[in-house]
Amino acid sequence: MLVSELKTAEEILRSFHPGERVFVLACGGCAEVCQAGGEEALAVLRPMLTAAGHPVVAGVVLPFLCNKALVGLRLGRWAEALGQADSVLVASCGVGIQAVAEVVDLPVHPASNTVSYGEFQGVWPSGERCARCGDCVLDRTGGICPLTTCPKGLLHGPCGGSHDGECELEPGRPCGWQRIYDRLAQSGRLDLLDRYVEPKDRRREHDVPLSRRRSPWWDLEALGEE
Amino acid sequence: MKFRERLERGEFVVSCEAGPPKGTAVEAVLAAADRLAPHVHAFNVTDLQSSVMRMSSWALCVLLRQRGHEPIYQVTCRDRNRLALQADLLGAWALGIENVLALTGDHTVLGDHPGARPVFDLDSVQLITAIGQLNSGRDLAGNELQGGTAFFVGAVVNPTARPLEPHLAKMRLKVARGARFFQTQAVYEPEAYAAFAQRAENLRVPVLVGIIPLKSAKMARFMNEHIAGVHVPEEIIRELDAAKTKEDREKRSVEICARIIRAVRPYCQGIHLMPMGWEHLVPAILELAGV
Repeated sequence: MLVSELKTAEEILRSFHPGERVFVLACGGCAEVCQAGGEEALAVLRPMLTAAGHPVVAGVVLPFLCNKALVGLRLGRWAEALGQADSVLVASCGVGIQAVAEVVDLPVHPASNTVSYGEFQGVWPSGERCARCGDCVLDRTGGICPLTTCPKGLLHGPCGGSHDGECELEPGRPCGWQRIYDRLAQSGRLDLLDRYVEPKDRRREHDVPLSRRRSPWWDLEALGEE
Repeated sequence: MKFRERLERGEFVVSCEAGPPKGTAVEAVLAAADRLAPHVHAFNVTDLQSSVMRMSSWALCVLLRQRGHEPIYQVTCRDRNRLALQADLLGAWALGIENVLALTGDHTVLGDHPGARPVFDLDSVQLITAIGQLNSGRDLAGNELQGGTAFFVGAVVNPTARPLEPHLAKMRLKVARGARFFQTQAVYEPEAYAAFAQRAENLRVPVLVGIIPLKSAKMARFMNEHIAGVHVPEEIIRELDAAKTKEDREKRSVEICARIIRAVRPYCQGIHLMPMGWEHLVPAILELAGV
């Protein structure tokens, strides 16, 4: 299971424009189990957005946002609401957030930080990768993770080794930051490249400390081991 | 006059790369620096260039300084986390190093210890910010320092990378975070450089154009294939191909460099020479270029 937590209101709202109309999408898979998805997440996010002056055009729970094909098909039913929205706020793990960013034509904001892979043994049907850094930056990078698509994990644009859209590591490997640049250009958010991002708090990259494993799903994991 | 003062006065400056040895034999690089000193204003000391393990940049900077030369200390984000970067910078300042060039660094897999852990705890923009913090008397965590630094901070840009836009956006952010001069990757297409310079003009920051003398047509083709964002035009390759002797190759290489320097001179505030073993040609290049 991929364990995620909802970000604070301050973190979530930092990249919204005033009055931005929002489509809220919560995952009904792992995130729901960790109480950072599903109806529980909607119950937190809806009033948070409304109070900050961002109208919520719809709040929807879909199972397993990591499955791009199914998400694309299921969102078809919400085309009208999506048409009225300026952006999508996604409560899911980093894979789910990136998968949604791939299938919708709107800027995507992360509502969650992914804090652990929970030693999940299955496979996810998405090409997107999450580094479970615990400090999701997808709102600044057009929904494409710079930690997993850039081998250097850079936070402020490409290094000098990026050329013709390719990474210096090997021919044919796309430069993550070129992809991010193109996505931001497409969504009219190149202004995000002028913002300074503080160095990451690497403590959040460590696995979740035992002292914070108080919720029932951690007990379930321990039970599984027995 | 110091490198910094020359740039701030708007003078045309020349810096030259100095690579620390693989080992402790520093005599050759110091002797080459002594010979070049009358022709260049500062020596730019690489930090484990191409991710190949060598003597540390700051050590050669100190040795150059002891011989009366002005060093520029290159610092990459590849090998040190934020603690080690700040610690080395404080040490460098205490040892008399005043200029720093902050860059990302090549990835470890490209070097001679490909299994090493790449660090990249900070990126180049955050490193520039960290140096600004040390200059203000505090560390990156905000703690007060007993004695700060006053580094002159530079950064790098690849003016012929395609597409250029993401690189220009990052350059803009580097200036906003405190970069006071730029050095570029090697340039062989003066027109492409001029186009870059026009787009970067509003940043009002001095740029030193990178110049690497080409030793052969083979080297030019190698660079086209393996060095990201460097493009040697076909006519230059043909020019080198036509040379039959080593003397002839050197002569043509000097002519090519001088031609590029003359062409970019109206659009830059200096050049950064990377002679890669052909240090003996530097005086001839500069003379022919009229620098």
